Amino acid sequence: MTSNGEWLEIDGERVVQGLQAAREALDSAHSDVVLDFSAVRRIDPNALRAMEKLAGLADGKAVKVVLRGVNVDIYKVLKLVKLTPRFSFLA
Amino acid sequence: MAEIVASLSEERIAYLEGLVSQARTAAAVFTQYTQEDVDRIVKPMVLAGLEQAQYLARLAIEETRLGVVEDKALKNMVATEFVYNYVKDKRTVGTIREFPERGVVEVAEPIGVIFSLTPITNPTSTVLFKCIMAIKTRNAVIFSPHPSAGHCCYEAVRIMHEAAVKHGAPEGVFTCLESQTLPDNAYLMRHKDVGLIDATGGPGMVKAAYSSGKPALGVGPGNTPVYLEKTADLNMAVVDIITSKTFDNGTICASEQTVVIDDEIYDSVLQKFSDLGAHICNEKETELLGRTVIDPKTGFMQPMAVGQKATDIARMVGLSVKPKTKLLIAPIQGVGREYPLSVEKLFPVLAVYRAKSVNEALTVCVDVNHAGGIGHTAVIFSRNDEVIQKFSELMNAGRIIVNSPGSIGALGGVYNDMVPTFSFGCGTGGGNSTTDNVNVYNYLNIKRVARRTQAHMWFRVPNQIYFNMNAVENLRHFPSRSTVIITNPAMEQIGHVDTVRRHIPPETLVHVSVIPDAEPEVKVVMQGVEALNFYKADQIIALGGGSVIDAAKIMKLKYESPEADLEELAAPFLDLRKRVVQYPTEKVTQARLIAISTTSGTGSEVTPFAVLTNKQQGRKVTLADYSLSPDVAIVDPQFVMSMPKGLTADTGVDCLTHALEAGVSIFASPYTDSNAMQAIRMVFKFLPIAYEHPGDEEARTMMHNAACIAAIAFSNASVGVNHALAHAFGARFGVAHGRANALMLPHVIAFNAGVPTKFMPSPNQRGYIAHKKYAMVADLLGLGGKTIEEKVENLVAATEQLLDRLAIPRSIAELGISKEEFERAMPELVKIAFDDPSWRSNPRMPLLSELAELFWSAYRGRSLPTMAKASQPQTAEEWSCV
Repeated sequence: MTSNGEWLEIDGERVVQGLQAAREALDSAHSDVVLDFSAVRRIDPNALRAMEKLAGLADGKAVKVVLRGVNVDIYKVLKLVKLTPRFSFLA
Repeated sequence: MAEIVASLSEERIAYLEGLVSQARTAAAVFTQYTQEDVDRIVKPMVLAGLEQAQYLARLAIEETRLGVVEDKALKNMVATEFVYNYVKDKRTVGTIREFPERGVVEVAEPIGVIFSLTPITNPTSTVLFKCIMAIKTRNAVIFSPHPSAGHCCYEAVRIMHEAAVKHGAPEGVFTCLESQTLPDNAYLMRHKDVGLIDATGGPGMVKAAYSSGKPALGVGPGNTPVYLEKTADLNMAVVDIITSKTFDNGTICASEQTVVIDDEIYDSVLQKFSDLGAHICNEKETELLGRTVIDPKTGFMQPMAVGQKATDIARMVGLSVKPKTKLLIAPIQGVGREYPLSVEKLFPVLAVYRAKSVNEALTVCVDVNHAGGIGHTAVIFSRNDEVIQKFSELMNAGRIIVNSPGSIGALGGVYNDMVPTFSFGCGTGGGNSTTDNVNVYNYLNIKRVARRTQAHMWFRVPNQIYFNMNAVENLRHFPSRSTVIITNPAMEQIGHVDTVRRHIPPETLVHVSVIPDAEPEVKVVMQGVEALNFYKADQIIALGGGSVIDAAKIMKLKYESPEADLEELAAPFLDLRKRVVQYPTEKVTQARLIAISTTSGTGSEVTPFAVLTNKQQGRKVTLADYSLSPDVAIVDPQFVMSMPKGLTADTGVDCLTHALEAGVSIFASPYTDSNAMQAIRMVFKFLPIAYEHPGDEEARTMMHNAACIAAIAFSNASVGVNHALAHAFGARFGVAHGRANALMLPHVIAFNAGVPTKFMPSPNQRGYIAHKKYAMVADLLGLGGKTIEEKVENLVAATEQLLDRLAIPRSIAELGISKEEFERAMPELVKIAFDDPSWRSNPRMPLLSELAELFWSAYRGRSLPTMAKASQPQTAEEWSCV
């Protein structure tokens, strides 16, 4: 994963770790945090739980988390667990 | 149920929510998996289940104290190996089935979270079965085992979960309630994130599942009747019944409960049972058994007996039996509360009944089936297919097992090719939503992707059409013993009948039947049929205008098929191919119909239509079927040279209406378009000439051909709302058909060219194209105009000019019909026009109010309806076209 300020690229093979880094980035974030999911093909239950945590943390800090490049299969997973309203999405 | 849920502590709710959350997450993640992914997981799960089959069986026996360890191990193996054998090649992800010829594809959608209740009788096998089904279909399951089988089920879930996750399934895909309670079940059954309840258990639990408001698969109780009929292979039957009824000590709910045996074989069958280790109870033993193993208060079996060995039950009751007794057989004399053993007994006690006849045997089976076993299972042993069929029709059972053991037979895949299952749907009779052997397809939402299909169309015309001057000479080609000419008085007067007679082969007996010069009525038709019967006609020649030819068509129909009900055949329909009423195909006799038209308009000589008038009701009905089409059409202009001017005008406009309506019909095709367009061109060019110069042979010939060509078009594309209006109006006010059409025509063109209030469903067309078709006509006629709207306006104007040139009244008012009279008639006119099948092929669906508006526009005349002026919202390019 490479970090560019509040723009984080999520490694498709290490999604949970990427989201952990994103949680840390929230501490210093003042506005939006953009997570680039372009390299993520699939997420597992651990990643999903990490995203739930991230959403909770972002809500508490009033920081908007923007997910970029989310493939539609992952988008449907987020939809099923009702996480989509808690993120913004960027094509 | 709300009260039960309210009794849950906060901690317990948090625990249950945790289970749901875990399952929901797993189910969501699972949606990303491919077919290959799930198939990769299923196989090692099955192997794990097989490896642990005996271990799980022992656990189940230790915990529940029901059944037989060997049989439980066997059940675990069937639940894994046999189920795998069934599901392994099944597609359950993405496209699961394709029906290319129908353009339909079925696509699987997982359910998500399934809440599954499992029974005490088949605890581990049911868990193994459901786990395999769930993985195969990408669902997560929360298991709630029977409280007395919690540990063995928990262990089965653990084994399945471990194997599944190890091979890639999402963590948490299976969870299992520890020490479940009724409130737990109630809470989970109503949970918003649970998509389906799969309840395999007692009736109370199944009822609770269905009462929860969630989609549910339930299993009803059984009470399997068995008919052992005299033609059966008795040795096989007795072994099968013992095998089944003693399997796992009778705990499978599909096992045999009462065997109804034909009188002739009864003693021999009981002897065979006895020889193979069954104890036949005497009357006293039966009474004692019934009193002990069936609760006299409820009428249901005593739980203490469930799944116990025959010898243990005998001991319980105090019967003296041999040590190796497998089964207790109790003769009963009826079904119901007076005969306690006639109910379900999930232990090795079998009731038997001696039947004096097939009817009595079947009656008792019906009674057993209805004594708590509706929808479940029934068994018959017989070699008589008729008896098997009758039994199948009488039994309300999801599974009717023939010549095989009930319990193992119902499980599927062993004795027959039914779907292997551990969950028997019992249909509505059993309070269930399905009669299926519950399987993977019950764990899926199956989506149908239906692609647009193009309906098959047709182009049908009479076999032979002879046209141009003196075409009537071709009559000599048609041999006949007895020919009846149907015609009207004018044809005789003018000499046309003689002309026709001259060309009929001399050996033919010719008879002439003259009918009134008016649209045919039933009475006239039946008089004609009498003549046909009297002369035993094998050929009918219809010589006249549309009315005569229509009459001859209906006469032929009634002559060939006297039972044909004309009123019924005129029943409304939407699509000719799907109509409810079919024309008769069986004929008592047959006659060739040759139609010689003496007007240039209706085209009845080639159409499959006939209009019948009911003067008493003031209405016309249209009969439509290709069997009405004449066999031969003769389009000879010599018969129209003397047509009066008014008739030339009216019939000519009728022909134009046919062509224009066929052109914009939703059934128009390139085949009909070519005919419609050619006919329109010929009418605009030659009708004024034929009208103004009646002796012009070329104009007469072209108009006669135009009428036939237009009729070929509308025979295949049908007509439209213009005809519906004209039929209603013409019948009500006695106005000739062609003239009635003419009064409506400009208004209908404008109406169809406007943006429809309601589009007519037309799968064969891409978008709305009527206005473009009219514009094409305008171009064909060289009317000018730059936009579609201009071209349509020019076509309307050209039509009006043509009508003016033909001196056709341009409004209904001009006919002398008062506004008040017309207003009074309006409700009936609208009703009849709407019932008329003609508009079913119109491009624009007319609302009732629009029909009224069209009538009023025609009444007023020149001023076109405002709705027709609706702007054309798109350019030609934006509209798709055929």
